[in-house]
Amino acid sequence: MKQLIVAPAPHAHSGDSVRRNMLLVILALLPAYVVSVIEFGWGALITAAISICACVLTEWCISRFVLKEQKMTIGDLSAVLTGLLLAFNLPSNLDWWIVIIGAIVAIGVGKMTFGGLGQNPFNPALVGRVFLLISFPAQMTTWPTPQGFGGSYVDAETGATPLYYLKHIVKAGDASVIDQLPSLMDSFLGVMGGSLGEVSALALIIGGLFLICCRVITWHIPVAIIATVACFAACTGLAGALPEGLTTGEYVAYELLSGGLMLGAFFMATDYVTSPMSAWGKIIFGIGIGFIVMVIRTWGNYPEGMSFAILIMNACVPLLNKIRPQRFGEPKKA
Amino acid sequence: MKTLTNGILKENPTFALVLGMCPTLATTTSAVNGMSMGLATLFVLVCSNVVISMLKNLIPDKVRIPAFIVVIATFVTMVQLVMQAYLPAIYDVLGLFIPLIVVNCIVLGRAEAFAAKNTVGLSALDGLGMGLGFTLSLTVLGVIREFLGAGTVFGFQIYSSQFAALIFVLAPGAFICLAYLMAIVNKLQKK
Repeated sequence: MKQLIVAPAPHAHSGDSVRRNMLLVILALLPAYVVSVIEFGWGALITAAISICACVLTEWCISRFVLKEQKMTIGDLSAVLTGLLLAFNLPSNLDWWIVIIGAIVAIGVGKMTFGGLGQNPFNPALVGRVFLLISFPAQMTTWPTPQGFGGSYVDAETGATPLYYLKHIVKAGDASVIDQLPSLMDSFLGVMGGSLGEVSALALIIGGLFLICCRVITWHIPVAIIATVACFAACTGLAGALPEGLTTGEYVAYELLSGGLMLGAFFMATDYVTSPMSAWGKIIFGIGIGFIVMVIRTWGNYPEGMSFAILIMNACVPLLNKIRPQRFGEPKKA
Repeated sequence: MKTLTNGILKENPTFALVLGMCPTLATTTSAVNGMSMGLATLFVLVCSNVVISMLKNLIPDKVRIPAFIVVIATFVTMVQLVMQAYLPAIYDVLGLFIPLIVVNCIVLGRAEAFAAKNTVGLSALDGLGMGLGFTLSLTVLGVIREFLGAGTVFGFQIYSSQFAALIFVLAPGAFICLAYLMAIVNKLQKK
């Protein structure tokens, strides 16, 4: 890495490093992980353990045998974080070999192919998840219902996520499944079916606020995503698309609290490498994600579109990075 | 001889010239599909190269592209009708991509770059080499995608399709496989 020095010495080092940032993000993910362990029991532990081990091992193998690098990049914890995020995006009862394939694709295809950390245009964990979603649609959309440690790992009871019902309600105008929705409090706390780490909005918001306070991420992307989704849902509600028995306010709250929205907004979209650099770029990035996710949720074939939305906007990042602060002393354009 | 092997390895249409990407990505969902597409293109390439090389002094320079297209389209129509009559199953799978051979960049590219400047014999060899190279790369891509995406090779079950990643028979899998194959081929050729 070449060093860019813009001011004369001496400098004080702030102690900031890739490793420190990754560690903080992992810490911020812990509350959500604790919730999912309480809810899904052994499944959450096993899936995350397999995913993290497979990610680290893949990165080690590729840098050792394919790239033949002298210096290993395992120590910066980025592979551990990718593994944890990948596990957060998977159902907790997923077969172990599917988790391993996802980890290999996430690190091998999503990250190392492009040159490792800092070079990847797409979020590696999401590359892994979307690969699995398209490859194994049946296994990837069978969500276990929360059972804690009582349920067994392999054949836990499964059920649809709230988003599935929401889509059914809005698209088909069918009010009969409104009873199937979990209460808003359950959605907020995370007592519902879903991917391993996405269920508890409360825990994810706590983690996200922690990251913003530590200045690991800025507020722009999460706020832009959440605001866009809320506006879109409110417009849908006010336009009269909802059947009786579901108010606009409730609909907005369900859209915000279900699926991977909070996880995506705070932890996936804000990935340094794959998000824009300027404040305005970040806001446009967030609005784009919020809009695409709602379009997929409302009209698409999949009940949830967060991972697709983030990947699509990841592809726009080089373009958004053209929004730059004005150079010092540069004359303003008339 | 050099003209023949040129198309198979050094100037392989798919991996080196990067021409004809549309059929390469779209028709290689299985080894059989990829191979039949390659063979159909091979036939068109050889025939159009020969005819265009014979007519090269008759075709005025200004209208050469339309003239080439007419020759190519004639052979494509022949392939299409023959396949429809004798290989209806493959014809149904490949569908639109057979008539689309007309606009395949390799066919027009070889007509313009080789057949219009060389003798009939050399043009036939060039068409054969390029066609074989194209068939080879499409078959390899088809085998890999079919193996990873359905667990079969040429229709024979290698492992249970339940473990196969469906993405490889879909569009994203085509791009991923092609990119890795190209990287490997480039790496090997550099040595």
